[in-house]
Amino acid sequence: MFLKAKRLTALALGPVLMLLGLYSASTAAADAKVNEINMPPGVTNVGQSIFDLHMTIFWICVIIGVLVFGVMFYSIYYHRKSRGVTPATFHESTKVEIAWTVVPFFILIAMAVPATSTLLEIYDFEDAEMDVLITGYQWKWKYEYINEDGENVAFFSNLRTPQSEIYNTADKGEHYLLEVDEPLVIPVDTKVRFLVTANDVIHAWWVPELAVKKDAIPGFINETWTQATEEGVYRGQCAELCGKDHGFMPVVVNVVSKQEYAEWMAAKQAEAAEIKQLMAQTFSMDELMERGKGVYDRSCAACHGANGEGGLGKAIADSPIATGDMAGHLEVGINGVPGTAMQAFGGQLNDVDMAAVITYQRNAFGNNMGDMVQPIDVFNHKKG
Amino acid sequence: MGDHHHGPAKGLSRWLFTTNHKDIGTMYLWFSFAMFILGGSFAMIIRAELFQPGMQLVDPLFFNQMTTLHGLVMVFGAIMPSFVGLANWMIPMMIGAPDMALPRMNNWSFWILPPAFLLLASTLFMEGGAPAFGWTFYAPLSTTYAAPSVTIFIFCIHVLGISSIMGSINIIATVMNMRAPGMTYMKMPLFVWTWLITAFLLVAVMPVLAGAVTMMLMDIHFGTSFFSAAGGGDPVLFQHVFWFFGHPEVYIIILPAFGVVSQIIPAFARKPLFGYDSMVYATASIAFLSFIVWAHHMYTVGMPVAGELFFMYATMLIAVPTGVKVFNWISTMWRGALTFETPMLFCLGFLVLFTIGGFTGLMLSIAPADFQYHDSYFVVAHFHYVMVAGAVFSMTAAVYYWLPKWCGKMYSETMGKTHFWISFIGFNLTFFPQHFVGLAGMPRRIPDYALQFADFNMMSSIGAFIYGSSQILFLYNVIATIVSGKPVSDDKVWDGAEGLEWTVPTPAPYHTFETPPKVDASHAHS
Repeated sequence: MFLKAKRLTALALGPVLMLLGLYSASTAAADAKVNEINMPPGVTNVGQSIFDLHMTIFWICVIIGVLVFGVMFYSIYYHRKSRGVTPATFHESTKVEIAWTVVPFFILIAMAVPATSTLLEIYDFEDAEMDVLITGYQWKWKYEYINEDGENVAFFSNLRTPQSEIYNTADKGEHYLLEVDEPLVIPVDTKVRFLVTANDVIHAWWVPELAVKKDAIPGFINETWTQATEEGVYRGQCAELCGKDHGFMPVVVNVVSKQEYAEWMAAKQAEAAEIKQLMAQTFSMDELMERGKGVYDRSCAACHGANGEGGLGKAIADSPIATGDMAGHLEVGINGVPGTAMQAFGGQLNDVDMAAVITYQRNAFGNNMGDMVQPIDVFNHKKG
Repeated sequence: MGDHHHGPAKGLSRWLFTTNHKDIGTMYLWFSFAMFILGGSFAMIIRAELFQPGMQLVDPLFFNQMTTLHGLVMVFGAIMPSFVGLANWMIPMMIGAPDMALPRMNNWSFWILPPAFLLLASTLFMEGGAPAFGWTFYAPLSTTYAAPSVTIFIFCIHVLGISSIMGSINIIATVMNMRAPGMTYMKMPLFVWTWLITAFLLVAVMPVLAGAVTMMLMDIHFGTSFFSAAGGGDPVLFQHVFWFFGHPEVYIIILPAFGVVSQIIPAFARKPLFGYDSMVYATASIAFLSFIVWAHHMYTVGMPVAGELFFMYATMLIAVPTGVKVFNWISTMWRGALTFETPMLFCLGFLVLFTIGGFTGLMLSIAPADFQYHDSYFVVAHFHYVMVAGAVFSMTAAVYYWLPKWCGKMYSETMGKTHFWISFIGFNLTFFPQHFVGLAGMPRRIPDYALQFADFNMMSSIGAFIYGSSQILFLYNVIATIVSGKPVSDDKVWDGAEGLEWTVPTPAPYHTFETPPKVDASHAHS
């Protein structure tokens, strides 16, 4: 545990420093900002404006607080009965009361001005240079790049932290719970518009350093945007309670140079083309099982258990669906079960992965159907 | 008509069939304390799981059930009934009335509560578990994606709503009709005023909550789509309806607390409350504003910018009447002759910590900044400063202040002060660091967190255990007082206390003010 020594010091000193409000993360390692006590200004102009606004309001509150508490503690000290004072009898003063109604009103107006201009800045969606559709799923994010050439690129971004770290059988890595298998990649100095929606329940896409938080609402599309001025890896999490694994659907954004982004995009498009090729192929049982296990662990295990024993969802081991009619199994996998938490995975997994995972479910966890699904079967089932 | 000057009936039937405002008040107070301990033990489970990164004690789904039940039990089971209990005990005695206006209904409004919470707690043992969608129960997580126990939950909310509405109607009827001769509205003690306004808020918004859960019920069982876009509905509609109830709800919780503090500070400052009139107007303004600020809980749902601006400006305005109240309390202390018995300590704790909660509230009202604060631990810290240090501290102050009048015995001042200091330190250790982790990016309602938040979370958990255990001391002190406290013989327990409740004998007899007192200037509001 590389953080241990520092944590002990912080535990000892924390309460004292906390009261002084002086504790900063300057001693922490540059990358993992341990014990940060303030909002990050982040790497966008909007983030900087929000940070400045936050600090302005904070200091106004501190000043008012010092005055109010100052008067109060003065009174607590000097107006104690034990000092032999006799209580005054006054109980109103129209002048004073009007003053402390009107003065705060003007302070509020002074706060409202920068707040309004920052809000208008955030709501300026014009002139975005690229669009990314972000869809929240229980419990992962899907990113779809809406490219002008029509060759959209889409992928899911899942938590990469292994269960062994979460359940304390392995040491936790530096980016524990804030790491994904495939991050969102966007170019630096580019206004990127995010279209945010959800597939099941409400989620919220939040990256503090990009100063973006937007609710992802099923059936509606929200707009937001960012323009990062520095390359780097920025991490966030789902902010709206979305069910069991709400705490386990992080957001990771790689901001890269425009050049790198173009190369990455070309590679992704090539990969998509390759999947299309694979869809036309026939796989062996071993190939399907191997691929299927990977898909199962990413997409099914959270609800159906790592060993198909069930959990939030029904057990796969010995299930009437996984050991029953193939068409029925495909139907559940592709279209889900309406009115339940079993989602339609037809749009989430490509046909190769769907074929693999169905095959895997029918031949793992003690199920032994011996049959295989090929991508073409999935394709045909979708066609109906 | 026979002899009405009887004492209470004996045995269980006294409590089951009672129509006496003092008995009913007592039952409300004990019930809410039991719920406070129950909701508190849920919080202890939450803090124990969050003591370190990684999952140690519970699974994530059970964790969500704990956050949900903690919120529901604390809001609907602990804080609200505790103030209703206080209203039952004190309002008739403060306005010189013999009892509440509708005593039989009063019995009902209490007795439907325990079964409702028993049902709610029983969902923990049902298939699929208890509600796990947060106390705000946003659709569709609480409809299509909820465990079957959600239907029981909806029924419980209906029952709680009925209880609250009946309680409020009773308070309104009592205050409007049963004041002693000479007790004009502007002579009523502030606690009565804040409760009158609170009761109107309850009558206005509880039916809205009932509407929200009924729509959920229809969506779940009868094929409607109020909250589902697939059928033409809108999940955000749920949030609008919920917060139209939910925002007044937080003032329903805090206004009676304001009333309590406005009674206690003058007593220990030995000086009349400063700015009585402006206190009344400020309370009414806060109540009015509470109806037009609900969407500040929803800045990130994607409202048009005009909506954001309206709700931001309206929310900021709340700082004005709230500020007036804080300034008035401090002016009441100014040049008084202060002493610091336990009730006063809790009021001062309230004053400092509630003001801090007010500051963070002002920060949260700023829509652009809220895009960063929203749904983070900063919000958790904020509302615990106003709910716990606001409502719970003032309720505790009220118990210490009026307990000698209720049972005729004095509590242990040493134990009371110890309770205060442990609570104060424990509370701040719990919730102050949550501002930091929230600003640094830790979302609320997560069972596990990234490593950079570990130290502050551990601190928070230690503080929570301290604060939680301090309540055992409170319970012990109250029971010890009732069983073997030093008898108090003065009608007026505190030398600075003002008001009709201090004119009846100590302990307060079973029936008070069977003939109305004459209210003259000396009994006007404290």
